[in-house]
Amino acid sequence: MTRCALSLTGWLSLWLASCTSPAAMAVAAKPDRAMPGPSFSAAERQAFMQPVDGLPFAQRMNFVLGQAIFEKLWVSSPSSTTASDGLGPLYNARSCLRCHINNGRGVPPDEQGSRNRNGLLIRLGIPGEEHLGPQGVTPEPRYGTQLQTFAVTGMPAEAGIELTYQTHQVELNDEAPVELRQPVYRLVNPGYGDFHPQLQLSPRLAPAMIGLGLLELIPDADILALADPDDRNGDGISGRANRVYHPDQNSYRLGRFGWKAGQPDLRLQNASALNTDIGISNPDFPAPGGDCTPAQNACLQAPNGNTDAQDGLEASAEMMEMLLFYTRHLAVPPRRQLDAPEVQSGEQVFTAIGCSQCHTPSHRTGPAPDRPALGNRTIRPYTDLLLHDMGEGLADRRPEFAATGREWRTPPLWGLGRHAAVSGERALLHDGRARTLTEAILWHGGEAEAARERFRQLTPHQRTQLISFLESL
Amino acid sequence: MSLKRLLLPAAITAAVMSPFTSVAISQANAASIDATSVNQHYADIAEAVFADSLTTAKQLQQAINTFLKAPTEANLKTAREAWIAARVPYQQSEVYRFGNAIVDDWEGKVNAWPLDEGLIDYVDGSSYGTESDINAWYSANIIANPSLKIGGETVDAGTIDKTLLAETLHEIDGVEANVATGYHAIEFLLWGQDLNGTKPGAGNRPATDFDTNNCSNGNCDRRAAYLKAATDLLIDDLTEMANNWKQGGDARQQLAAKGELGGLATITTGMGSLSYGELAGERTKLGLMLHDPEEEHDCFSDNTHWSHFYDALGIRNAYLGEYSRVDGTQVKGPSLSALAQAANPALDEKMRAHLDTTQAAAQAMVDAAAKGETFDVLIAAGNTEGNARVQAFVDALTAQTQVLEEVMAELGISDVELEGSDSLDNPSAVLGG
Repeated sequence: MTRCALSLTGWLSLWLASCTSPAAMAVAAKPDRAMPGPSFSAAERQAFMQPVDGLPFAQRMNFVLGQAIFEKLWVSSPSSTTASDGLGPLYNARSCLRCHINNGRGVPPDEQGSRNRNGLLIRLGIPGEEHLGPQGVTPEPRYGTQLQTFAVTGMPAEAGIELTYQTHQVELNDEAPVELRQPVYRLVNPGYGDFHPQLQLSPRLAPAMIGLGLLELIPDADILALADPDDRNGDGISGRANRVYHPDQNSYRLGRFGWKAGQPDLRLQNASALNTDIGISNPDFPAPGGDCTPAQNACLQAPNGNTDAQDGLEASAEMMEMLLFYTRHLAVPPRRQLDAPEVQSGEQVFTAIGCSQCHTPSHRTGPAPDRPALGNRTIRPYTDLLLHDMGEGLADRRPEFAATGREWRTPPLWGLGRHAAVSGERALLHDGRARTLTEAILWHGGEAEAARERFRQLTPHQRTQLISFLESL
Repeated sequence: MSLKRLLLPAAITAAVMSPFTSVAISQANAASIDATSVNQHYADIAEAVFADSLTTAKQLQQAINTFLKAPTEANLKTAREAWIAARVPYQQSEVYRFGNAIVDDWEGKVNAWPLDEGLIDYVDGSSYGTESDINAWYSANIIANPSLKIGGETVDAGTIDKTLLAETLHEIDGVEANVATGYHAIEFLLWGQDLNGTKPGAGNRPATDFDTNNCSNGNCDRRAAYLKAATDLLIDDLTEMANNWKQGGDARQQLAAKGELGGLATITTGMGSLSYGELAGERTKLGLMLHDPEEEHDCFSDNTHWSHFYDALGIRNAYLGEYSRVDGTQVKGPSLSALAQAANPALDEKMRAHLDTTQAAAQAMVDAAAKGETFDVLIAAGNTEGNARVQAFVDALTAQTQVLEEVMAELGISDVELEGSDSLDNPSAVLGG
């Protein structure tokens, strides 16, 4: 069978290859997954599923209900279960938990194409200026803003993702070189015709769910105070705030959530993900067909799960409220080995080579009378929540609001030592390409290039200390 | 078989003697009860309850086979009654799901919910209003289509058999998508959709849906094949779990490997997780809050009140070390209650009182259902009295969970780390170190 395929490498060599044979496009595969690690205890696997301290017993039910919604398996319409139907018609997963494994990071597809590894989704766009408007992107005309790799019974999915890696070596001072792997994506079996010739792909791995309610409460002013868009201090690091659309007051606000800080708050982040990834209409994103485009008429015409009982939607305001409560109140697990000398020296290295210039260690949350367990707390997320040019190696070339195709938001580092236990394996960076902390650091380019070079020049012992520190988070 | 061939404490072998003889535990000798015998008896009840689940499912299978040979309304009614009877022991087994990974990992195959019923058979389009005037999707189901796209992939469903259900459809869309099998798939095929919303009435599928000579709604042969395959598969799955709990079975070995305190923590984790998060929260409060007629178990048959009643009873059984078998035999033995009683009689009494309150609240829902107010009617918006009745059940379950936490603290098992279960409580968590 001849398959129409589209390939992209993160090295920006984007090309269209209509109906090229897979063999011609294939990149030599090599085993790249570590063997399954030691088995982890239930407590370790569930480290990201706990409520924050100080949640009164009475509010624990909200947490339970929100969790039920987060874990709910949506089914296609029509069905008897009016509060659980409305899936798709196009979708990436049937539940939130499906991608956020145990509330942790997702895992990217493997090279065998196992269907249960769908923690990575691909956002779509084409060149244009619409990314500065409310949608934050110029959508692909037929396929919309995101590639949905599943569809309800009877409909074709948008496409399949085939992932391979190209590898190269990076030298380290006084230590064996490290192999980095560059993902190469091919979109196979497109279900709705040819993709736009200038298609932009932005792969995104599901992030961990912990501490989001705390990040939400860092005052805007504190984040903006860290910004240095024109690099006036000449340290080579800009730090730019994204400005993103907020439907309340039809305004633009500081972007805070998502790999490019494309969402202003957790409410909209949840609502957008529910709509685009699972296809569920809700008060903020009322389209029952999710990311269906006018070119996908069957998708638009398919039955939906909108019901009076859910405010005329698939997910009611109340349901979203519970989901918001849950996602706000997921605790960050305690750090480990905080007092170990290795860990403490490691944090000094972290600061000395410049990591903390973007991975800001601590913040103070603002007051939140409605969220007593979250407000006025000192937190240590290791992020400035700002956008930084991360260089060609990581660039996706797809702008999102004010974020360029080379910029990514500094991700928080808390929980970093636990991803393997929670998600079953460690897959770091926005697309899961890095298998180890060292690989993740070595991918840092652009504004972080100087810090990365300092990392490469460290002694092996210093690097071990730094890794020990990161593992303690 | 599991790789976990683990060491059995000697006590287990010693206790093999009489799993089912009634051992009366008087208040006087409660102090002599040890954790190992409590754990052993907990496993004995599991053996009985899963054996009963299998027995009643076989009766269901027989009734369904009779019905498929002679698809009359009378035979359909008998099959439906057999399904309801099969739920009695099964629901009491659910307390074993939490805390025992071997049960939890298996559970999706037999009790998966919500059911993607439109994937299985025809569903009603008219109740979905005018937004969908295209009927193509209403027939995009396995029974009507020998070949169809599911989750974006083409599936050959030419022959409907156990293999198709268990292997092809099982992981068609990721690991949790066991929507094509289990009790609820059978329930849907026996009752059909409940189109009455929050008004009285269950699903009302005609027997002729399975009558190849006088077929209603088309594809009666394939519908019959589906019902038969789903039922046969249920028997296979229940047989597997019943065997796991027999002497020397994997479930018993895994339990024994956790040691004395680990075993007790398994019991209380099962009780607490089912009581609070699952039953009070997900299966009751959520539906009440959303006033959703079908955010509940057993939505086609309107049997949810019994389903909840027996879930709650299972929690009570686990604490009291009691189980009333379907043949009337009483299983009774060393219990968590006796351990708590020895440590703190007042606390044990309080726990028992709370379990009674919960059972009374469940009974109130059963009584309401007998008068036509089934669970879906009780949770309707505006049904103040019905809503309060359901809320009382939620409150009782919540309160008993809090007391259970006291019992766990008293017995020194609050902090026991348990493999393969949701933890009941919040381990100390800090705000990012």
